[in-house]
Amino acid sequence: MRSTRKGKIGFGIIVIVTVVLMVFPFVWQVITSVKSPGEIFQAPPSILPEQIYTQNYKDVFTAGVPFHWYLRNSLIIAGLTTIVCLIIGSFAAYVLARFKFKGQALFLGILLAVAMFPQVAIISPLFLFFRDIGLLNTYPGLILPYTTFALPLTIWILTSFFRELPTDLEDAALIDGCSPFQSFYRIIVPLAAPGMVTTAILVFIFAWNEFLFALIFNTANHMRTVTVGITMFPGLHEVPWGTIFAASTIITLPLVLMVLILQKRIVQGLTAGSVKG
Amino acid sequence: MKSRTYLPYYFIAPAAIVIFGIALYPILHTFFISLHQINLKFPDLGMSFIWFENYIRLFQDGRAMGALFNTIFFTVSTVALELVFGMIIAILMDRALRFRGILRATVLIPWAMPTVVAAMLWRWMYNDQSGIINAILYGTGIIPEYIQFLAEPALAWTAVIVTEVWKTTPFMALLLLAGLQVIPREVYEASEIDGASKVRTFFTITLPLLRPVLLVALLFRTLDAFRVFDVIFVMTGGGPGNATESLSLYTYKTMFGALDFGYGSALSVLTFVCVIIISVLYIKFIGTRGQQ
Repeated sequence: MRSTRKGKIGFGIIVIVTVVLMVFPFVWQVITSVKSPGEIFQAPPSILPEQIYTQNYKDVFTAGVPFHWYLRNSLIIAGLTTIVCLIIGSFAAYVLARFKFKGQALFLGILLAVAMFPQVAIISPLFLFFRDIGLLNTYPGLILPYTTFALPLTIWILTSFFRELPTDLEDAALIDGCSPFQSFYRIIVPLAAPGMVTTAILVFIFAWNEFLFALIFNTANHMRTVTVGITMFPGLHEVPWGTIFAASTIITLPLVLMVLILQKRIVQGLTAGSVKG
Repeated sequence: MKSRTYLPYYFIAPAAIVIFGIALYPILHTFFISLHQINLKFPDLGMSFIWFENYIRLFQDGRAMGALFNTIFFTVSTVALELVFGMIIAILMDRALRFRGILRATVLIPWAMPTVVAAMLWRWMYNDQSGIINAILYGTGIIPEYIQFLAEPALAWTAVIVTEVWKTTPFMALLLLAGLQVIPREVYEASEIDGASKVRTFFTITLPLLRPVLLVALLFRTLDAFRVFDVIFVMTGGGPGNATESLSLYTYKTMFGALDFGYGSALSVLTFVCVIIISVLYIKFIGTRGQQ
């Protein structure tokens, strides 16, 4: 590519501006989380904290909000959603990748419809139904809707991974007398492990970050999830920003690190299906 | 081997059952509830069938129409901005081999953050006394005094839209990058030999080749923006007044504030119908372009 020096410098500046705009808010969150209350409300704000104030992180767990419960709830709900989604989704993805069957187009159409579905359109019947059968303020009450809305993504990504696997091994297994189900879980699943990991991360992030269902279905304090939890920190006079951002950092830092380490795979999973159509 | 013909159905059955039970059947039920008067504040009154009264009320309700307008405004402005910025970042990542890794890593940070956390963070950065945005704008002389961003409708909208665009542009950029990467290099080289300028090449070569991916990305982003809830709930709560209230937020307040499930369900159906209209328009557009 021919390019002038001026063009190169301009290009470099755009790259730097983009990087700063994308990263700065997250960095600012971490910086604010280690500032003392006095420093937080200082105007104009100091760029770097005068001293590292760790009390905010202690307050997360002691300032009247049972944040450790929220963490436990989110871990269980997002974890189980991921497992259920992968099991159910990999079955469906396997037949979509390997078989032609009647109703296939209909099934794919329904998946697409669910992926585009406004969640708010079903909260009234689900709320009444869950209330009547006692699923409000339970783990399954959130795992069920999360699984439903994460299934399209799960199935798309897994289908594109399964399609890339060679069929020879399955054929050999069938000849050796394996049932299709055995060849699925003995051969396909282990071979597709990398694709499973990618999918698992995406589903976990979706479930961990969800807010609307969590806000509506799990209103009892001991059943709340982290996203609802961080909006619950009570302030005496002012919003306790230091504590909120300490909590925010606790719930985002692990995700951000995981995403950065596995970035290639995650991007591959995110864009699977959108390019090939 | 006869049993094998049914095999695919056994394998998709669990997914189909969950989707039918938790998404498809409930949407029909939402419509059913919307034809009733049902308020959880008065459980003894139960449900009474009132035909389309909730829908008549809906079209006479200025707040509902305002929320519909707000949602359309939010959707159009955020998706347009995401398209522009997403395209810029995608082109940067496509061209700048040396910076691709760092750019990809940085755009994944806003993407991975929960929307609620991002909204809290930006709300704090917009703070009228200790917010960094006021400090920067004041410090550089762009504004003469500190602004109460979230207290004035136009500024509150700007604040909310900036937050949403920051959070969701990465998704657009990554999808567009995937689309750019399947365009063969030779196409660009041929255009360059023909003496076409870079801008001309972009509009006559890149954009048409990118169209399928572009439309998929736009469809997903449009529908996602249309159901906006978290950002507005956290940043403004729909305020000042109801200036930034979206359909989802008004629906939530109707159902879980006023406990009016009948009318709330009518609002839900309105959102659902809008989403169907948007999808049909996009799919028609993708379809007709595909045939050319």
